[in-house]
Parts: sequence; structure tokens; C-alpha cells
Amino acid sequence: MTDTTNKGTGGGGEEAAVVPQVTFQIDGIETSVPKGTLVIRAAEEIGIAIPRFCDHPLLEPVGACRQCLVEVSAPDRSGAVRPMPKPQPSCTLVATDGMQVSTQRTSPVAEKAQRGMLELLLINHPLDCPVCDKGGECPLQNQSMANGAATSRYLDVKRTFPKPIAVSTQILLDRERCVLCQRCTRFSDEIAGNPFIDLQKRGARQQIGRFDEDVLDFERPGTSSGDQPVGAAHTDVSGAPFASYYSGNTVQICPVGALTSAAYRFRSRPFDLVSTPAVAEHDSCGSAIRVDHRRDTVMRRLAGDDPVVNEEWITDKDRFAFTWQTAPDRLTTPLVRDRGEDGSRGELRPASWSEALEAAAEGLARARQAGGVGVLPGGRLTIEDSFAYAKFARVALGTNDVDHRARSHSAEEADFLAHAVAGRGIDVTFSDLEAAPSVLLVGLEAEEEGGVTFLRLRKGATKNDVRVFSIASHRSSGLDRMNGTLLAAAPGTEPEWLDQIAAGGTDPAELADVSEALRGAGSVVLVGERLAAVPGAYSAVLRLVERTGARLAWIPRRIGERAGVETGTLPNLLPGGRPVVDPAARAEVAALWGGDELPADAGRSTGEILDALWVGQLGGVLAGGFEPEDLPDPAHARRALEQAGFVVALDVRSSEVTERADVVLPVAPPAEKDGSYWNWEGRVRTFGASLPSDAMPDHRVLDALADELDVELGTASLLDVREELGRLTPWAGERVAAPTVAPSEPEPVEPGTAVLASWRLQLDVARLQDGERFLAGTAKRPVARISPVTAVAVGVADGEQVTVSTDRGSLTLPVAVTAMVDHVVWVPLRSPGSQVHETLGVAPGAVVRVAAAAGEGEA
Amino acid sequence: MTTEAYSRGPACSYDDETYRRLADDAAQIVARYPEPRSALLPMLHLVQAEESYVSRDGIAFCAERLGLTPAQVSAVATFYTQYKRHPNGRYTVGVCTNTLCAVMGGDTIFDELSEHLDVGHDQTTEDGKITLERVECNAACDFAPVVMVNWEFFDNQNPETAKRLADSLRLGEDVTPTRGASTVATFQEVSRVLAGFPDGRADEGVGASGATLAGLRLARENDWRAPEEAAPSDVDAAPGEGDVPPRTGGAQSSAESKESDK
Amino acid sequence: MTSPLTPVLSDTWDADQSWTLETYRAHGGYGALAKALDLEPAGIIQTVKDSGLRGRGGAGFPTGMKWGFLPPDDGGPRYLVVNADESEPGTCKDIPLMMAAPHSLIEGVAITSYAIGCTHAFIYVRGEVVHVYRRLLNAVQEAYDAGLLGKNALGEGVDLDVTVHAGAGAYICGEETALLDSLEGRRGQPRLKPPFPAVAGLYARPTVVNNVESIASVPAIVERGADWFTSMGTEKSAGFGLFSLSGHVVRPGQYEAPLGITLRELLDMAGGVRPGHELKFWTPGGSSTPLFTAEHLDVPLDYESVGAAGSMLGTRALQIFDDSVCVVRAVARWTEFYAHESCGKCTPCREGTFWLEQVLARIENGTGVPEDLDVLLDVCENILGRAFCALGDGATSPITSSVQLFREEYEAHITGGGCPFDRAAAELFERKRPAVAGSEVEG
Repeated sequence: MTDTTNKGTGGGGEEAAVVPQVTFQIDGIETSVPKGTLVIRAAEEIGIAIPRFCDHPLLEPVGACRQCLVEVSAPDRSGAVRPMPKPQPSCTLVATDGMQVSTQRTSPVAEKAQRGMLELLLINHPLDCPVCDKGGECPLQNQSMANGAATSRYLDVKRTFPKPIAVSTQILLDRERCVLCQRCTRFSDEIAGNPFIDLQKRGARQQIGRFDEDVLDFERPGTSSGDQPVGAAHTDVSGAPFASYYSGNTVQICPVGALTSAAYRFRSRPFDLVSTPAVAEHDSCGSAIRVDHRRDTVMRRLAGDDPVVNEEWITDKDRFAFTWQTAPDRLTTPLVRDRGEDGSRGELRPASWSEALEAAAEGLARARQAGGVGVLPGGRLTIEDSFAYAKFARVALGTNDVDHRARSHSAEEADFLAHAVAGRGIDVTFSDLEAAPSVLLVGLEAEEEGGVTFLRLRKGATKNDVRVFSIASHRSSGLDRMNGTLLAAAPGTEPEWLDQIAAGGTDPAELADVSEALRGAGSVVLVGERLAAVPGAYSAVLRLVERTGARLAWIPRRIGERAGVETGTLPNLLPGGRPVVDPAARAEVAALWGGDELPADAGRSTGEILDALWVGQLGGVLAGGFEPEDLPDPAHARRALEQAGFVVALDVRSSEVTERADVVLPVAPPAEKDGSYWNWEGRVRTFGASLPSDAMPDHRVLDALADELDVELGTASLLDVREELGRLTPWAGERVAAPTVAPSEPEPVEPGTAVLASWRLQLDVARLQDGERFLAGTAKRPVARISPVTAVAVGVADGEQVTVSTDRGSLTLPVAVTAMVDHVVWVPLRSPGSQVHETLGVAPGAVVRVAAAAGEGEA
Repeated sequence: MTTEAYSRGPACSYDDETYRRLADDAAQIVARYPEPRSALLPMLHLVQAEESYVSRDGIAFCAERLGLTPAQVSAVATFYTQYKRHPNGRYTVGVCTNTLCAVMGGDTIFDELSEHLDVGHDQTTEDGKITLERVECNAACDFAPVVMVNWEFFDNQNPETAKRLADSLRLGEDVTPTRGASTVATFQEVSRVLAGFPDGRADEGVGASGATLAGLRLARENDWRAPEEAAPSDVDAAPGEGDVPPRTGGAQSSAESKESDK
Repeated sequence: MTSPLTPVLSDTWDADQSWTLETYRAHGGYGALAKALDLEPAGIIQTVKDSGLRGRGGAGFPTGMKWGFLPPDDGGPRYLVVNADESEPGTCKDIPLMMAAPHSLIEGVAITSYAIGCTHAFIYVRGEVVHVYRRLLNAVQEAYDAGLLGKNALGEGVDLDVTVHAGAGAYICGEETALLDSLEGRRGQPRLKPPFPAVAGLYARPTVVNNVESIASVPAIVERGADWFTSMGTEKSAGFGLFSLSGHVVRPGQYEAPLGITLRELLDMAGGVRPGHELKFWTPGGSSTPLFTAEHLDVPLDYESVGAAGSMLGTRALQIFDDSVCVVRAVARWTEFYAHESCGKCTPCREGTFWLEQVLARIENGTGVPEDLDVLLDVCENILGRAFCALGDGATSPITSSVQLFREEYEAHITGGGCPFDRAAAELFERKRPAVAGSEVEG
């Protein structure tokens, strides 16, 4: 398994196409660079720093700030080297053979041009470095200190603006600090594709901003002194909360302190911070981040620079959602609950580690006797923690009843994962997505469920004309921004599309389109975990890739899912993709673990474990990072936990599971431990603890617990775990067969009902976003989407309220009439006011009632 | 953009009739260009024709019809000086105060008008009739000092003529541009023309007058002409439709002119 | 010897209803188009190259050569965009041309489109001249109705559409790439070059951008030949052009003459400088061209000679200022213009004009300090050749040239605590009463 560690990009990005070289001189130093290289980049390569503000290697050149001017001579047609009449911006100048570039180091002209530019940038820049967030890490400040004049010749009045403007709840703008380099607007337009800010006004009054009447001096509706406006616009859409999931990147790339984040503003000085590289925990991309902390408190997180994964971008969730790790409900000591003689539950009370471990071990031993213990490790674990759970289940509890899938899941999915995902190493990569001729998304909304995946796909679509297709209920903003094509499908009908594409169907037109496109060499099918709720879908996906030759990647939401597949926290899989049912596979693992035979029966899935707890077939459960609300029927999960004979919970914070647990063992959050994540590519993403901490990671707690059970788990230290993982050879035997589940007949959709479509939005009410109100303010407003036909059938218009209900409950949301499949209603899965599992007790694909909300107008 | 012509988002609160009418106009504008976004400038003139300025609804309308964000639309609306952000008067009176006109008297005209109307630059009289502006060079320097009323030329002005002009406008009297339509249309009507919807007045007014013809008159007086063709053309030009009258022109020989120049 | 004036473009301007198709045709209009459609496109391009026609919008780039930069036909669209955004202070030739004879432009558009393989041409006219826009819209409609535009207009099933587009008030849109961005519905900010418009212009397709007068000159060249055109003007500055006299001159106006004429000759025709006054300074080609004085009265007004004398021919916008005019005031006002019209994209132009404007305002109102002149010149040096486009360079021209020519006058403002000139003396009218406060120098 060590073979899966990072070796480079793999795939298309890595192919070493022969790029012709050009040879030229910078400050008399001869250098050769690939044709097309910008002079400013070539200079970096040989250690010559040319100052710049607008230049950014991942953004298109713009040549706006003029700070990087250099003097240039180049050969004319006859070959004679002639000086160019004006200094040239090195950020837009492509190096050519025989060019001679003189930077500020050797050219008085370039030096004066740069000094002059700096002076011009500073005439209107405030001298507020002491209170500016950027002070200490500010390119403009650094430039001024290094090359600026001590005094200014500028005697007149500086341009000022009232400060600051809230571009969103999260992003603040101090316009007088802005040098108008347009990095932020270029990022928003080129990379994220949602230009929520743009340049406004012109000339010296030019500024960055959104449409804001007060800032831009537009007449406000209703205050007109002349002709009355035709009508007052809604206050909440036009120019008001415009959401972007990537806005924090603009703060990071701002070369001055113009853009700041509300969360970090005035909180710290860069030189007081200690920085640690880390990996973000919020989705399966495993984005590189930098954690900045002061006095053992995380102050902020920034994007790390990892060209093969997230380049230099991260989602706002990865950037801003970290306070959950230190929330007030953080568990600091073990807790034990005493039970009465009659089995009644008392209160949880703090206990020592030894008492808690002993109590846990005793309880688990009893439970094992009383039918067995199920293991529910959640989906957010590191590889090392995940491995410890997988081993603990088999070795300490003697069971395959282990499943990390805290979500809709199926046996078909488990077989799919065992057949097509486990043990494949790095297969499809982010770079491959940028180079693929076409990409088909099924059960995956890339922007919502895999933020950086979306950025890379969008880059492919906009730069390399990658064609993106999506089987979904409607065309999302994300699909739009990838110039994508929608294959409109009601939930549950995905297998139909997949089979028709596999068969090379040609009607309708978009089917012909995708059928042909997907057969282009290097095309990719990206599958999301939501397909588990659609019987037959994973089976159809496998048929599709076989027929088309397309490559396949599975992109779950959570960072720990792939590690679970690889380390065997699934009822049908042992570590290394070994099928539980295969005796040879069991024997290999047993040999590795140097112990007894491993349990041979296929285990129970998450749902089956909960069922078994409820009816008393299982005696207890060991759960970590697991929440009932993640399951399609949270009430059932709660009941099952309450019925369970014995519950041990490993968790960072108090949760619904710890509330129902007999023993609670606190574990370390990501910032306080070393570990590795396995991203969806199959890439191992290793990180160290950002903060010193006494909190123990799961693998160490499990080792101690095993110890109490007289089992030597051997997972006490990270090195031990890694060493053992390293000894695990890839499985060479037979894989689990591809599932061949037939699609189920769709339920009839009676009048007044619709099929429920739903997925989670990137920013919602999840626990890992707790405590970040500025971030929460940028979440999308929950709406119910229905087609115009459905709207007429239901009798509601755009903007009115609609109620979606089941026998369990109902939720009421504003309607957004959307071009989409008829007789389908889409609502966000777990957003404020739209908690589908909790309220309706069903999963997407279910038939729900839809009606105009009673008491319209009150909401 | 969806195929439904009038699908509308929630941001623009024009009533349905207005929205539908403007969406029709916008569709006509979009049809003039290979790519829809090119319609944005004319569409901003169009929404200005509706409300005399670019309102929040106007921004939202353009954003919706063209699939842009409001920020992108306001980025454009705030870049160009002809787009107004506040309700405009019935007439924009723009006094050229760029150097040449200013020196020749534009500054004084502006100052006196400003005092006369009791408004400053980009302000509107209380009766809503006139918005006074300093404008940049309007390409009529040979008629300096120049005043523009709703972008029609009033040439060779002085403070008295300009004040009389303003008074007439406030009284609702027709005024006639020196070079332009026979009367000045309202700001909103002119905005609609600028959106590309002709008002049928192209044939009104003069073709050229005054300074424009200064050189031509002198040439006519002296019978100065451009030379005839330098040499007989090799190609037999296909005659135009019907009998094409000869171009006016002088009788100098080409040989003569060539010799003199080379 | 050619005549002192050579009316070609202006030749129909005094006709009755000069703007109509009927009048234009009565004067031989669209004959050149008919002739052109019988020629090979390459031949037309060659004729225009041979004529030596240089861009009349100010830069003077050879028009035929510009057309020749278009890449070979790849089957996709290519565009002609006419720059009718005439906004340079002093420049006032295209607006009267389009007002009086829009068909001369449209015929030029049709011929040029045929020559370069364009089937959709655009005329970008500034929005602040509504009657000109009406005339253009009307002329285009007349041409459509007459089959000169539209279906099969270019023969052999080739259509030609012409869209007249009104701008909305931004000098920078006269810069060709800013114009293209504006035409695409964006802020008019200049684009990075390369790629040049010929390769990737409007909608990233090959595009020719030409000035109104350049395109309007094409029919006459096609009809009468390159030799006829080169029989006027000088060797490197061939043909005729509109010379626009404005300011303190007895008969300001449009004078269509061969390139190479001098201001002395033009002033003679225009009745001379305002009686009782002497010529003090003038612009040869709009406010962005360095100032000339009476010393330059005999400089031939062609590209080379004006350049050699330290300025630029530009748009032949001859603004005449007599000795009543304060050069500091004139330059300060132009600088305000550049600051107002700077698009804001690049640092030197945005910040530099902001700075210059304030320093000049101080000097003019008498609160300047001795160091200001050096600062002015140095800031100009930091803008010139450093800005993204030519607007920044243009902003420095009046300042550097005027300080060079009239340094004492600047110094007098600084040492004397204000402007020594009487504004009223420069005005064309008698003031009925004293100027109101604010228009005069205080103190």
C-alpha cells in the first residue's frame, strides 16, 4: 500500500510532451525555458525576483500594475538585437530566443520605472500598516521597505473611502488600500466562475465591489425624487447576498490588505503566528492547507500550494470552518455512565482513562457475548485511525460488523467499492480531469460535494474544452459554469440513462452527444456516494465503463471514506481490498496480524447494525464520529442506540451518540494529531499535528482499549501503524464480483406528489461548520426547486412557499421555479429549514407530497 | 438563458407588462449581435429610457436577460458617463468645459447657467426639467463654445443664449438644435434612440452648416478641387445602376499633379 | 500642383439632404462598391496598400497593411469595426462627416468588408451625438432597403450585415482594444496585446478596426485608383485629409486638404488668428499631441514632418490659442480630462493623472511650490511609456511640451500666487456682467 503514496500527478498532466526551448538572457545570465514562458517566471527560475502585484501564476496575465517593468532588447528580423523603446511588463512578456532582459538589478531604466510605479501606488495608499491585517506579510509593504523612498513627494489630498465594505458576511473590503491589481476579480471570474465582485466606476475612483447602491451612489428604490421607479426590487437578491464557495481565496491572493476576512480581521499579526502544513478535513479532495496558530489557538487557515491537488485554492469551508475542533462541547475527559441494577441509565460522569477503558472493555466483552458488537467509525477518519478500527473489529471484537458509511448505503455499493475502488491506488487524478475529453458526473454535484474537484473540472472545461455531462434533476449553477450538459433525470432513473449511454443511444440529442463523447480515450465517469440510494445505479455504472472504455472514479463527500474502503472498515472488505469471503484473503491478513483466524462471515452494514441493535441481536456498538442525523432515518438510529446493550463512543465533541453512550472516550481533532488522509484519487495526504495536545488519536485509544481486552492491537504509535500498513501487499487474488442489481420499478407519482431529489450543499448546518457565523452567512438560501409544469400542478408561483411532506413531517420553503424534470421536487438535504432526513425521514428518490403552503404570505 | 422568453428571476420587480415589453426590446437588441453580451450597453440605454436612470431594477433586468451578475452589470453601468444613477431631468444640459470650449467661454456659460438654475454639476432642477452637466469635448470644437441638450448640438453659445435655452426648456417650449432634429426630444426618448430604436427623425435638420462647410465654401469660391483620376483605370469598372452622374471634381491633369508631387 | 483644398469626403456636404442615399447616389455614390465587387478582394487590399492610405484616427498606421495582417480564412467569422468614437479634445471631423454624408462611410464599410471577407461589420459611434446616430441608423436602413447591405449584398450569396452601436461616454473607447471590449458589453478597458485585433479581436476573431475617415476614404481610392490618391499629399503621407481648425481663428471649420499643408496656409484660408491677437500655441492633432507655437507655422502637416518637429500629426485637430490664453489653465484642464477619462486599469495612468491634476490645479490657483515643476515632469516621465495604453502617454504631452515652451509662465503662477490672465479676454463673447465667483482666480 505504500505504493500509493504520492509520486506525481500521474495521468495526462504528467506526460512529458516535448516543449521546444528558447534561450535568452536575464541580467546577462543565459537561461533556457520552455517556449511560451513569461519573462517574470523565467527570472524566478534563476533566482531573480522582479517585483509585482497583479501577476499571479494561476491567473491570466493582465499587465495592470506595471510594477514589473524591465528593459528589453530583442533580435529584429535581420537578427540584430534592438532595444525596445519602452520598458516592458515582464508578467506579460513571453521570452523569445536571443532576447536580452535587464531587470532593476542591471538597468537604471527598469529601476526608475519600478521606483516610479511604487511611488504612484503609494500616493493613495494609507499609512495604516500597524492596524492592517496584511502588515507583516504584505507585498506592498515589503516593496516599500525594500525599494521605496523614505519620504513622499506627494503633497495633495489622498483618496479616501468610508471603510470597510462587507462584500459578504465573510469578506470585507478596505478600498483605500486596494491597488486595483484585479487578482480578486480575475480569480472570481477565471477560476471560481462566479464574478460576485467586479471593478466598479472608473479612473481614480475605480474600485472593487459588488452592486451596492449606497457604495456606488445609485438611487435607492423608493427614495426617488424624480420619476418613481417602476417597482421596488427585492432586497435580498439584486446585489445583496451573493454566495461564492471560494471567496476566501481572494483574501489570500490580495497583495495588500484590501480584502480581509471577518473571521480573522484584527485577530493576529503574521509574525506572531506559527504555521503548519496540513490537509483539510472537509471533503474527499484532501486539499493542502496551512494552519496558522498563536499560543495554541488556530487563528486562520490558508490554502497550501499543491499543484497536483488543489493548486493554490481551497473552499471557504476548508478555510474558515475550523472552530468546530475547539467548540464548547469539546470532550476533554473520558466519561462513564453507571447503570442501575435494572439496567436504567444514569448520568455520564467524568472518569479517569483507566476507569473508562476498563468499563468500556468490560462492557464490550459482555456485549460480544450477548450477540456481538457492531462498529460504526463514521467517515472522517485518517488512514491510521481507520486501520485501527478495521483491525479492532476483527481482532478484538471478532466481527465483520463494521461500516464507516454514515449515510445512505447499500450492499450493491459495498460490492461496487470492493470491485472497482478498493486497492486501485492512484487511478484517475485531478490532472486527468483537466485533460479528459469528457467527464460524466453521476450522483455527484461537484461544487457542493467536492469543492476543489469542481475547480479542476471547471479549469478543464474553460481551458481545455473538457466536456462535462451531469445526470441530475436540474442544471445547477456549477454545471452552468462548467459549460456542462444536463442529462435530466428523476432520482431513481439514473440507471436508465447509464444503460442508454452504454448502448450508444442517440435519441435525444444530448444522449447521442454523451454517448459519443464518453467513448473518447481518457474520458472519465465520476460517481458520487448518493448513487447508493438508487438500486441498480452502481451496477449500471460498471456496465457503462466497460462498454465505453471510460475511466471511473468514486468521489464520496467525506475525507475518511476512501481510507475506510482501503483499510477495510466495510462489512465485506479487509485491508488492501481483500474480500472477507475469500479464505486466502483472510489468511493473508491473519498472517499479517499474527493471530487467529479472522471472522469469516460477511458482516453487517451500518443499517443492519442499527437494526440488530434495535432488536437486540447485537449486544453493543462501538461508534466514532457518527451521527444519527446523517442517516436517512435518524429516529431509527437514535432508537437503536438507546436500545443497544452497551455503547462506546469515541468522539471529539459531545454528540447524539455520546449522549446515549455508556462510555465516552475523547479523541483528538485533526489539528491535534498526526495522520494521513486518503483522498478520492487514492492519494495519501500526510500531515502533522498543528497544535501540541494531550488528546489521543483514535488509533491510540483503540490500542489501549484492546489492551484492556487482552488483545495486542499494535496501533499505539503512528509508526507502528504505518509500518504494518507498509507490510500489507496489494491483493492479487480475485476481486469481489461486479454487482448486478436490477433497477427497481419507480413508485407511481400520484397527483399531489413528486419524487424527492436532494443533495447536501457545501455550506449547511453540518457540525463541522459550527461556530462560524460569518461563513454561515455565505450559505445558499434554501429553496425548493420544481419545474414550471410541476409548479402549475401544485399551484404555486416562483417565490411563493411550498410544503414538502411525508407521514413523518413537513418542511416549507420558497419555490424556485427551475427548468428541470417534471414531478420532481429538489430541496437541500441538510440546510436550515430543510433537514430532509430529520423532518421527512426519507432519502432522495422517495415519493413525497408537495402542496402550496397553507397560510401563504406569513412565511 | 432559457428558451422561455419571459422567464424572469426574482430580482427585477418591473410589473409583468413592463418586463415583457422590455424583454421584447432586449431580444431585438440581442439579435443585432453575434454574442448576447454585446447588447449590454444598448440595454442600459434602454432601461434608462424606461426610468430616466439605471435603477436597481434596470441592473437586475440586464443581469437576468444576459445571464450576468448584478456586479458585472454595475461594473459597466458605472464606467460610462452617460448612464445616470439618479433620476435624470427631462433634459440634460451639458456645457462643454474641456479646454477649448472652456477658454472660449464654456466655463462662464457653465457658471452662469449653474447660478441661473441653482444647481451644480450632475444636479437636477427642482422641477425635474434640467440636469446640468459639465461635459467633455463633444467633437464640435469648430463651433465652440458648445452646449449639448440631450446630446443635440447647440453651437456657438454664450451665457445669454444658454440661459434663454434653459428657460425655454423649463417652460416646455420647443427648442431647435443648431445641428440635429428639429426639436429636442426628452432624455428618455433620446435614451431609447441610443438603444438602437429609431424615432424617425433622421431626416430632420441640416446636413452640414456653418463651420463644417468653411473649407468647402472656400473651395467652391476658388474652384479648388481634388484632381481627376491619376490614370485611366485598367479595369473596366462595371457601371453602377443606371446612369451615374460624374463626380464633381476639377479638371487638373493627373500628369501635372504627379509631377508636382514626386 | 494640386489645389490648396481638395474636397473629396466633404464634396457632397453642401448638397440638399446630403445624408440621404438618393443624394449620395446622385453624386456617384456606391459606384465604387459596384466596381469593387467586380474585383478580387486581394486586388482591393493591394490598391489600398498602394495608395499609402494611413489611419486617419491618429496613429497613422497604413490601412492596407492592417488589413493584410488578417490570418488566412479559416471559415469562421472575421469582423470590421469602425471606430466612430471621436472623443479626442479638438478632434471634430468624423462627427460632421457622419452627420452630413453617412453613406460615404457605409460604402467604405461595404467595400472593406468585401475586401477582408467580413460579413458583419460594426460602427461604434460615441453615444453623445444622438443625431449622428440617427443618421447612421437611417443610412444603414436605406442601404439595406436598396440591397446594398443584407442578403447577398457582397454577391455570390455573401451577405453583409452592419450594426451601428452607440457607446455611452468614455474617451478610452477610442483605443481600439478598449473599443472592442466595450462592443462586447464590457467596461472599455484596453486589452493586452498580443494578440492583436487582426488575430483575435471582436469575440476573439480576426478583426480590423479602422477610423471613420480612413474607411470613408476607401471608395474614392477604389474608384479613382491608388495613383490618384498618391498624387495628393507627400510621399509617405499620401492623399487628403480633413483639417479641423478651432479656437481663436476667424473662420474655424473643416478644411479638406492634401497632407503636407501648413498651418500658415490653413490660417490664411481661415482668415487668420482672431484680430488683435497673436498665435500663442496650438495642437497639431488633438490634445494628446505636444504643443506647437508660431515657430511651427511652416511645418508641413504630414506624419513625418510633424514628428520630426517634436509632435504628432494625430487627427489634424488644430486648436488655435491666441495670446489671451493662459497655458497653465489650458493644460490643467486637459489634465483634468485625462484623469476623468483614465479607465483605471494601470497604475501610472490612474494614479499619475490623479496626481498631475492636483499639482496643476495648485499651480493654477496660486498655491504651487517651486518643486512642483520638477515633480510634474518626473511624474510625466514615470507615466510616459509605462502605461498600458496610449492614454497615459497622451496625458503627459501637453504638460511636458508646455513646460518646455512656457516654463516662465508656470513659474509666474507659482511666484505670483495665481494666474495673471484675464479669462474674459479669451472668450468669444462680451460678458454682460462680471463673471460669477468661482470662475475667477481668488485672491
